[in-house]
Amino acid sequence: MLPTSSLRDALYRFGICIAALLVAAIFFWLLADLARQGVGRLDWTFLTTPPRNAGRDGGLAPILVSTFLIVFVAMSVAAPLGVATAIFLSEFTPAGGRLARWMSLSLDVLAGTPSIVFGLFGGAFFCVFLGLGFSILSGGMTLACMALPILIRTIESGLRSSPIEWRLGAAALDLSRATLLWHVLLPAAAPSLATGLSLGIGRAVAETAALIFTSGYVDRMPSSLFDSGRALSVHIYDLTMNVSGGDANAYSSALVLIAFLIAANSLAFWFSNRIFGRRVARA
Amino acid sequence: MIAYIADTDATAGSGRAAYTLGPLAAGPTCCEPRPQISVENLTLAYDGRAALKEVSLDIFRGCVTALIGPSGCGKTSFLSSLNRLSDLIPGCEVEGRILFDGQNIHDQLTNVRALRRRVGMIFQRPNPFPLSIRRNLEMPLKEHGVRRRADLDAAVWRSLVDVGLWEEVRDRLDAPALALSGGQQQRLCIARAIALQPDVLLMDEPCSALDPVSSTIVEDLIASLRGSYTIVIATHNLAQARRIANFAGFFWVKDRAGVLIEFDHCQRIFDSPRHELTAAYVGGRSG
Repeated sequence: MLPTSSLRDALYRFGICIAALLVAAIFFWLLADLARQGVGRLDWTFLTTPPRNAGRDGGLAPILVSTFLIVFVAMSVAAPLGVATAIFLSEFTPAGGRLARWMSLSLDVLAGTPSIVFGLFGGAFFCVFLGLGFSILSGGMTLACMALPILIRTIESGLRSSPIEWRLGAAALDLSRATLLWHVLLPAAAPSLATGLSLGIGRAVAETAALIFTSGYVDRMPSSLFDSGRALSVHIYDLTMNVSGGDANAYSSALVLIAFLIAANSLAFWFSNRIFGRRVARA
Repeated sequence: MIAYIADTDATAGSGRAAYTLGPLAAGPTCCEPRPQISVENLTLAYDGRAALKEVSLDIFRGCVTALIGPSGCGKTSFLSSLNRLSDLIPGCEVEGRILFDGQNIHDQLTNVRALRRRVGMIFQRPNPFPLSIRRNLEMPLKEHGVRRRADLDAAVWRSLVDVGLWEEVRDRLDAPALALSGGQQQRLCIARAIALQPDVLLMDEPCSALDPVSSTIVEDLIASLRGSYTIVIATHNLAQARRIANFAGFFWVKDRAGVLIEFDHCQRIFDSPRHELTAAYVGGRSG
């Protein structure tokens, strides 16, 4: 006879459902709260006018531009470096080798490093040592350093998960490593590239501490990458902590930030599918 | 090692018609009396542990040579040493000589890439790349210098016709290769290998991951390639070996390493094996 204990099963199921609902509820509560308090001021003018009165009034235009530029710099630096490092780790170092172990250990440590540490490092290295000052470039590159570990890890695991048969088949057909990588492995790893990119963008857009030291919080419209620029998250931080009466705009900005995140994630998926996914005909 | 025995010998021998090689033994293109590959005292070890010991045999041009024996007896290791795919396995060491058309493939002067181009390999699990059917065939061709569109199209057509896949896929060459059935995928892999016009095809249990119907189709295909290519096929399927092979080698595990017990005309291996281990195995009493 089967060990049926339907009561226990029901209890388990109930508990699991409750837990899942709780998590979902927290997220929805947060979103709803943001929407309730922030959606009132959200309109086209809010997105297209500069902040006035230290951000209590006015909009977000220069902040959106700065945020976009910072993320853009971060990803254009991190993506090629990340892909190259991931390829190096998965294709050119033996999995159990000393180099691979050390690399992955340092990547794990870097991934867990508090962002404020990256901020201090970025401030000292990019702003002072390289003489870039408080600038979008410094901020973007600091964020690139932060996003790299997670980006590399995701792409590496994507590359490693491709079946060994493809590699053997390619070797038996005398395909070069470059061909195998470019035409087979990377396209097949496109979803993990997208995941890595969106995680990286997520980390970059949400970052505050690392940016205060590197891209600064000037809320004017940046005229070049060498200008200081205030990112959205820094703007929210400033409005809630330093500006009395800035809460309303902080909520609206947070709502925009979340929309930005969702858009960035979708873009990352579209981008990696477009570049590589096309070539991979999936079953 | 056996000396070459004339084709007529293969059809003479025993009177058990069911076991004769049939028309293939009479085929003049098949079984040219000179070995294409001579393996001499091949010993192969993984991390110092021998997987194959002192294997010597001749593989004849245009023939199908079947390697039979239980799992873990070194058939796959043997195959992968023939195109030096074993080089890619960390810790794998090969001793002994393998002569390919008289040239030692482990010689420093041997161009491994050229070797792999002349020796195609089919794996146990069909392994088409996750690309379209057409690109699966074109990519290796392009890699080896075929650039003209007309040449590529001709080669794609030729190889698909040769494996009997053309009629099935002519309307969907740009469809994903992974959407094909297992048997079709395996035939595509064979097409991909023969598109490069190799001399030798190594097949590692090419039918064992397929359903019986696909398996029969692939087996018929292999039989039809006999004479055009030198084929070395590892198989668990004794009936299959008996049906398609001209020569058979029986591998067995001794002291935890694979050894070649007997190598002879396929018919003799099955009908009048000299070694009792072979007799027990092909008679279904062991393995």
